[in-house]
Amino acid sequence: MSLSQSIVRWRYRLLPDHVMGEILNKKWADSAIPFFALVLIVAIFGSIVPRFFEFSTMSILSAQVAELGLVVLGLSIVMISGGIDLSVGSTFALTVTTALYMMNVQGASLGTGLVATLGVGVACGAINGFLVGILRMRAFLTTLVTLIIYRSIFDIVFPKISTDIVMNYPESPVFEFLGIGLIWGLPVSFLLMALVSIALHIVLSRGRYGWRLMAVGGARRSAHNAGINVRWTVFSAYVACSAFVALAAFLFSARIGSAASDIGAGLELQALTATVLGGISLGGGRGSVSKALMGTLFVLMLSNSLLALGIPGPVNSLLLGLILVVAVFLDVRWVKNRHKLLRAVYISPTYNKMPPAISTDDGPMEPNDRLREVGVIGLGTMDGAEDVIFDRDDNLYTGSRHGDILRWFPPDYTRHEVFAHIGGAPMGMVFDAAGNMSVCVGGMGLYQITPEGKVSLQTGETNRSWTSVADDSVMKLADDCDILPDGRIIFSEATVRFEMHDWYADALESRGNGRLICFDPKTGTTKTLKNNLIFPNGVCTSYDGESVLFAESWACRISRYYYAGPKAGTVERVIEGLPGYPDNINRASDGTYWLALMGSRTPALDLSLEMPAFRRRMARRVSEDAWLMPNLNTGCVLKFNEKGEILESLWDLGGQKHPMITSMREHKGTLYLCGIFNNRMGTLKLPDADQTWCGLDSYWRKPE
Amino acid sequence: MVSTEQNAEQSRKRGAFKVTQEGVVTAIAVVLFIVFSVVLDRFLTQGNILALLKNVAILGMLAVGMGFVVVGRGIDLTMVAVMVVGVAFAIWMSTQGFGFGEAIAIGAVLVALCGLVTGVLIAVAEVPPIFATLAMASVVYGGGRVAFTSDVLYAPAGIEWLTYIGSGNLFGIPVSVLIFALVAALIALFLKFTRFGRFVYATGDNPAAARTSGLPSRPVVITQYVISALIAYGAGILLTGLVSGINTRLYNSTLIYDVLLVVVLGGISLSGGQGGVRNVLVGTVLVGILINGMTIMNFSYTSQNLIKSVILLAALAFDAVINPRDEQTSQSGDI
Repeated sequence: MSLSQSIVRWRYRLLPDHVMGEILNKKWADSAIPFFALVLIVAIFGSIVPRFFEFSTMSILSAQVAELGLVVLGLSIVMISGGIDLSVGSTFALTVTTALYMMNVQGASLGTGLVATLGVGVACGAINGFLVGILRMRAFLTTLVTLIIYRSIFDIVFPKISTDIVMNYPESPVFEFLGIGLIWGLPVSFLLMALVSIALHIVLSRGRYGWRLMAVGGARRSAHNAGINVRWTVFSAYVACSAFVALAAFLFSARIGSAASDIGAGLELQALTATVLGGISLGGGRGSVSKALMGTLFVLMLSNSLLALGIPGPVNSLLLGLILVVAVFLDVRWVKNRHKLLRAVYISPTYNKMPPAISTDDGPMEPNDRLREVGVIGLGTMDGAEDVIFDRDDNLYTGSRHGDILRWFPPDYTRHEVFAHIGGAPMGMVFDAAGNMSVCVGGMGLYQITPEGKVSLQTGETNRSWTSVADDSVMKLADDCDILPDGRIIFSEATVRFEMHDWYADALESRGNGRLICFDPKTGTTKTLKNNLIFPNGVCTSYDGESVLFAESWACRISRYYYAGPKAGTVERVIEGLPGYPDNINRASDGTYWLALMGSRTPALDLSLEMPAFRRRMARRVSEDAWLMPNLNTGCVLKFNEKGEILESLWDLGGQKHPMITSMREHKGTLYLCGIFNNRMGTLKLPDADQTWCGLDSYWRKPE
Repeated sequence: MVSTEQNAEQSRKRGAFKVTQEGVVTAIAVVLFIVFSVVLDRFLTQGNILALLKNVAILGMLAVGMGFVVVGRGIDLTMVAVMVVGVAFAIWMSTQGFGFGEAIAIGAVLVALCGLVTGVLIAVAEVPPIFATLAMASVVYGGGRVAFTSDVLYAPAGIEWLTYIGSGNLFGIPVSVLIFALVAALIALFLKFTRFGRFVYATGDNPAAARTSGLPSRPVVITQYVISALIAYGAGILLTGLVSGINTRLYNSTLIYDVLLVVVLGGISLSGGQGGVRNVLVGTVLVGILINGMTIMNFSYTSQNLIKSVILLAALAFDAVINPRDEQTSQSGDI
């Protein structure tokens, strides 16, 4: 191996770039940009602003965070629902006036004052909600107008009571404590806000209401079709928003104790900047409490620091406006292009040097035309039979592309019925001792079908691996299964990164994306046995009672996994360097195994597997239909023994009768051939084989 | 056949309804005019009517620009900011050694640039128009406040044509009103008879369809904002002629909402693709009479705002009820 090859190999082993796409796929990836922006702000201003990290600065900041944070949280609720509320500033002014009037002038108790303040807030929100939610008016313009209306009302009312507010003091000591009290060195208002944030986070991310809100914001029409009452959900969002604003106003009143005539002016722009900077989209459907709070911190730190640095007010607000425009621009582009970026980054080929292929010029692998003479079953009726299996009554079972299990009747297999409908893509099948079928269904998991045709899910999830970024507990492509003598089912999951119809993307990656999984029907538990397998495909229980054989398609090898005995848990190579891509493995009547090669290796693809960067460029720049793909036209069936020696091979060169073989099953002297892209099944007489041999008997003793 | 007839019937009904909406607004305007004339003794005087017309000229011109954008399913909240900052910039340039004419031309270039930036934000960056223009308004105004030390800038004395368009009369009609009429007529003809005008309607009616069928929607949108900015600039020059100076604090008033009120009341739906200059004229007359009457009745500034806003809200609600938003063509960011 040359040095440059070693470098490439180690680079792809040490830098797992597929993680990038998986991180981008995560929901929290959205928060990364605002988070780094926040860190940047702290780093920059922390170093140039005097007394940035001092306790008194932080204490004032946390009180401000509490008030602005509540407003931003309220606005976030509305924005997640797909709307916007610009009237928060005016609502704030009105509710502060209410709170001060109740507490100072009327001398009300804390409860009464709070109820009155919240009442005014909710009334303002209800007006907005009615107009936007029920009448379906445009949120932006409507709340812009209610901003003016609420502000006008404030301008009319406030001068009449402002002297009374200043002349009197609140009588409630709790109110005073709310304003200036500290618990554990933190302002009470901050702790209150933290509590509210946690509650809101739970509601938004775990609660039914939060999910409905997200649904309405994400896709209004779909939410309506799903039975969500869109209008009332939007209405409630505005009411909730104004209630939050009222709470913030109450805390503000407790802290400051008075109000100026310009209170709350421009608050909407500040809050809006915070939400958008936090990464809460204008379009709705995306957002979280943590994003809102990050945005709040960002805006407050920025404006406080600019103030501390003596930057004049107009420049300050100009900067805030510019940041807002840039943030909105970035947000719009991000939402629009995120999936494009993801698609470009997600496919990440890796280094996979193939061993030299076993010779097909002479020896047992030499091509022949023995499959030219096969008979045909179900021509034009079968559609996508990946695997085939027989019961003791000679009935033949296959899957189909439409998600059915079909049962074909002997002796000539011309008639058939739908044995069971599952959905998904039925693949490998196996019978247990009681005659129940277990079937791997691509995209769904492992299913059981009773002899009466009743379908039930056996398992759809396995344990999540600790090192994986993406949640890999759900099965994407269960492929082939076999059963152990004790009834446990071992099955392969070809890839955890792609859906079934994107199999060629996995071939392009040629990484160990697949795994071997064991399901125990006695306990109902599922466990991953072996990770990082390169498209594990066929699985067959060995005769030795302690191991299973499995094929790794894109690595062109057969391996053995020990589930019992002294070597339990280890993997051993059986055949390496197959000339084609191995698919299913099944038992043969003479104590050996049949193996299907679904296609043949080509030098170009083999070479490209050593050039990951080349394949990555191809995936990004060339349309999918022009990618290098495994050749799935010419394959063969071969026979090998327990030691991994290839005994014979059956070919159909030119693919005249049976191109592309994914599975084969021997039954009573005949070999049945299937292909997932074929419209038929082939039959080949085996005159030298045991003419009474049924696969079931080889697993479970022949019934007396 | 039945469906065709139904369609014809529907379109006739809709057509009839449009006429009535415009008619209703006209009727209200006439009724208000008569009521004010009877009730308020100072209303129907020559001085007041002239003042009304002159005020209306500024409002109307801004509304024509706004209407032009709204027809294309946009909205331009930068107009007042662009107007005050653009004109203030021009006046400031004239104090820096440029001739007033040159300064006005340079100001026009700056204003067109502002419109271009707004248009690019909306058409290319795909920021929702209402958001982009609101943010741009505060950026433009903020820039102005940083640049100019005083709020009020006075036009240089002795510019005859400025005084003429401000207070001159032609055939007994104020020149400012004539200029307004000219701009309105130009935009009306432009919308009605040029290919570009039809593009504006098509883009407003269904942006996705317009784009799919090959219309240059992005250039159309950008041009709209440039034109509306230039119209706002023109209104600013008119205003400068009228009061011989410009007060940048005007940005903080609710003027932009008055403009919106004119457009929506006149019957140009915010859903785009409908209405025209005629609607703007009707709306302008009604709002002009309303403001004038309230001023004469000595309503405070705040209560005037309150009344106007409530009327605007009612008009918006009415618009939302009779022209419900098209869920098929509204985008997800369209708030």
